[in-house]
Amino acid sequence: MPRRLGKFAFVGAVLMLVLTGCGGPDEGGGGGGGGGAQGTGPITFVAGKDTSGKYPAVIEKWNAAHPDQKVQLLELPEAADAQRSAFVTNLQAKSDRYDVLGIDVIWTAEFAKSGWLLELDESQFPVGQMLKPAVDTGRFEGKLWAIPYDTNGGLFYYRKDVLDKAGKQPPTTFDELKALCPIAEQNNMGCYSGQFAKYEGLTVNFAEAVQAAGGEIMTDNGTKAALGAQAVQGLTFLADGFKNGTMPKEAITYKEEESRRAFMSGKLLFLRNWPYVYGLAAESDPANKVKGKLEIAPLPGFTGAGSSSLGGLNFAVSAFSKKQGTAVEFVKFATNQENAKEMVGLTGNAPAWPALYTDQDLVKKFPFLPTLEKGMETAKPRPVTPYYQEVTTAIQEEAYAALQGQKAPDQAINDLTTKLNEIGAQG
Amino acid sequence: MATETVRPGRVRRRGGPVRTSEGRRAEARLALWLLLPAGIVLAVIIAYPVVRALWLSLHSDARFGTSEFIGLDNYIRAFTGSGSEAFWQAFWFTTQLTIVTMFFELIIGFGMALIMNKAFMGRGLVRASVLVPWAIPTAVAARLWEWNFQPEGVVNQVFGTDIIWTASHWSSFWAIVIADVWKTAPFIALLVLAGLQIIPNDVYEAAKVDGASALQSFRRITLPLVKSAVIVAVLFRMLDVLRIFDLPFILTNGANQTETLSTISYKESIQQLHPSYGSTLSTITFVYIILAAFLVNSLARADVVKASGGR
Repeated sequence: MPRRLGKFAFVGAVLMLVLTGCGGPDEGGGGGGGGGAQGTGPITFVAGKDTSGKYPAVIEKWNAAHPDQKVQLLELPEAADAQRSAFVTNLQAKSDRYDVLGIDVIWTAEFAKSGWLLELDESQFPVGQMLKPAVDTGRFEGKLWAIPYDTNGGLFYYRKDVLDKAGKQPPTTFDELKALCPIAEQNNMGCYSGQFAKYEGLTVNFAEAVQAAGGEIMTDNGTKAALGAQAVQGLTFLADGFKNGTMPKEAITYKEEESRRAFMSGKLLFLRNWPYVYGLAAESDPANKVKGKLEIAPLPGFTGAGSSSLGGLNFAVSAFSKKQGTAVEFVKFATNQENAKEMVGLTGNAPAWPALYTDQDLVKKFPFLPTLEKGMETAKPRPVTPYYQEVTTAIQEEAYAALQGQKAPDQAINDLTTKLNEIGAQG
Repeated sequence: MATETVRPGRVRRRGGPVRTSEGRRAEARLALWLLLPAGIVLAVIIAYPVVRALWLSLHSDARFGTSEFIGLDNYIRAFTGSGSEAFWQAFWFTTQLTIVTMFFELIIGFGMALIMNKAFMGRGLVRASVLVPWAIPTAVAARLWEWNFQPEGVVNQVFGTDIIWTASHWSSFWAIVIADVWKTAPFIALLVLAGLQIIPNDVYEAAKVDGASALQSFRRITLPLVKSAVIVAVLFRMLDVLRIFDLPFILTNGANQTETLSTISYKESIQQLHPSYGSTLSTITFVYIILAAFLVNSLARADVVKASGGR
C-alpha cells in the first residue's frame, strides 16, 4: 500500500509539474476547469446514499479510462441534515479527505461563502447548453461554484377522468382551478393540495406561490428580503385556500407522501408534487385508484403558467482537495450529457440538459419529461442565500402561521421581511 | 473517581484484619491504576462534552467570521432575549409533557404490573406481549404513530373521530402523550413488577388472617413496599421525557408550538449550525434535568424515610 501511494504521489507530482509548466488543460486527464485547479490522482467522491444505484456505472467508466486517477465513492447518510453536518464537519476542519462533493442545490451559497468550494471556470463547462435555472443554483455572487448533476421541478397532476366527465379542461391559472373545485365537491373529493406541513416542502410551495405572482423571496446574494405585494398575493392564495376549502383541511399535515397517497386513493382532484408520483400512479396496486385516470400539466399561476421551485443535486470541488485537477475533470465527466442520459434512464430524475427532455428513449420510459420541460423553463431556485437554513426556518414559521389563520398574510409577510433582513445582516 | 477507589481500603482499616500500611497503600495504588482506564473513558465521553458545551455556550456563533467570547449573552438571549419565546415555549411544553405522560404511565404501568404479578393461565404470554411496545425503537414507534394519527389513520377510524391530530397544539400534545404512554408504560410496569415480586407472600397471608380487606392490604402493604421501585421508575422516566426528542420531532416537527428542549437544541446546533447557541440550550436542559432529578429524589427520600418510621 505505501508503495502504491508513493507511485501515485510521484505521478501526481510529475503531472503537477507538467501542468504548471504548460498550463494547458487535459494533459494526461488532469488540468483545471477551476481557476488554477491543480493536482491529480485518486479522488474521493462524496454524496448522500445512492439509493437508486446511479453512481457505480459512471465511476466504473471513469476508472477504466483513468487508472491512475481512480474515483472512490463515499456515501453519506440518506437524510439531508445528516449529510450536511457530515460535509460541514469535514470542511470546517479543512480536511482534504473529500474531493468531489455532491451537494443539495440549497447548500451551494452557504458552502461557497464559507470558502469551502473551488470556484469553477465557466469556460471549462458547457453551462450555456444546460438548463439555465438549474445552472443558476450553482451560482453565487456572480461566480460559478457547482454544476448540476440532476434537477427537479414540480408537476401539476389532475384527474382527467373527473374533468372529462364534467366536460372541463385542466386549469392553467389559480382562478380557473378554484372555479373547478365544485366538481371535486360533487365527486366527494378534496380539490387541490401541495405540501403544507411545517417542513422544507412548505418553503417549496410558498416559493412557488410567490413566483407565480411574479415575486421573489430574497435578493442581493441572499442578504435582503425581496418580498412585496406579490408575496402577499401568493401567500393569500394559499391561506384563503384553507379557508374556502380549495385545500382540504388535512392538507396542513401533508408532506410529499401524504399528499401522494391522498391523490392516489382518489381523494384529490388536483395535486402539486414531484415527478416521482407519475411512475407510482401508473402501477397496478390495490391502493392506487387513479391508474390511467390522471394527466399532468405545468404548474398553474395567477395570470398564466406558474413557476416551480427547483430541487436537485450539484457537483462541486472541495477547496481543500489536493487533487483538484482530477476532481474538476470528474465533475465535467459525470455531469456530461451522455452520463446524464444514463442517469435519467436509471432514476427518472430530471436532467439538467434540455435536449434529454425530448429524447425518444427517455420519453418512452418517462412520459412526463416533455411536460416537465415546459415547467423547467420558468423554474427558479429557492432563495440562493448563504443563510439558507435560517431563511427556510423563518419562511416555514410565518407561512405556516398564515395557513393556520393565526396571522393575516400581509402581517406574516411583514414579519418575514423583518426576519429575513435580520438573518441577511449577520456577518 | 479517585475518592471512591480509596474507600474500600479505609473501611478495611477500621474493621478488617490488620495489615501493614505499606501493603494497603500498594493495594490502593493498584486499584487506582486499574480504574484509570475506565476513568479516562468516562472523562472523554462525559466530562469533555459537558465542559466543551459549557465553553461553547460562552461564545458567539459566527458562520462566516470568527467566534468571540461573549460571556453569558447566549443565556440572556434564551431567557429574556430574541430566543426567549422559542425557549420558554419548549421549556413549558417539555415540562407539561413530562408531568402528564408520567401520570398516565404510572397508573397504567402499575395496573399492568399488578396483572402480571397474579398467577393465571398464559401469564408468560401476557408479560411478553405487554413488553413489545417498549422493545420497539422510539423512532420506529414514532413513525408508526405518525401513520396512526394521520387524518385517515387508524386512530380516527377506530374511534370514528375526524380529528387532524397534528394540526393544532393540544391535539398534537395528546398525540405525543398517547404515543409515549403506549411505548413506555411497559417500562414502568417492568420496574414495578420487580418491586412487587420481592414482597413475600406471607405478609399478605398475615394480613388476611388479621382480617384486612384487599384494598387495605394494597394500601398498607403493596404501596409502601413497592414505593422505592416506583421512585426509581419515576426518576428514569422523568430523565427520559425531559429530553424527549424522537416523538415530537417525527410526529409534528415542532409545528403548533410543540418544540421540546431537545428539538430546539438539535435544530440550533445541527440544522442552523449555531453550535454555541445550541450548546447554550443543551446546557440549560442539562442543568434543568439535574435540578428536577435532585428535587424528585430528595422529596421521595424524605417521604420514604418518614414512611419507614424515620430510620
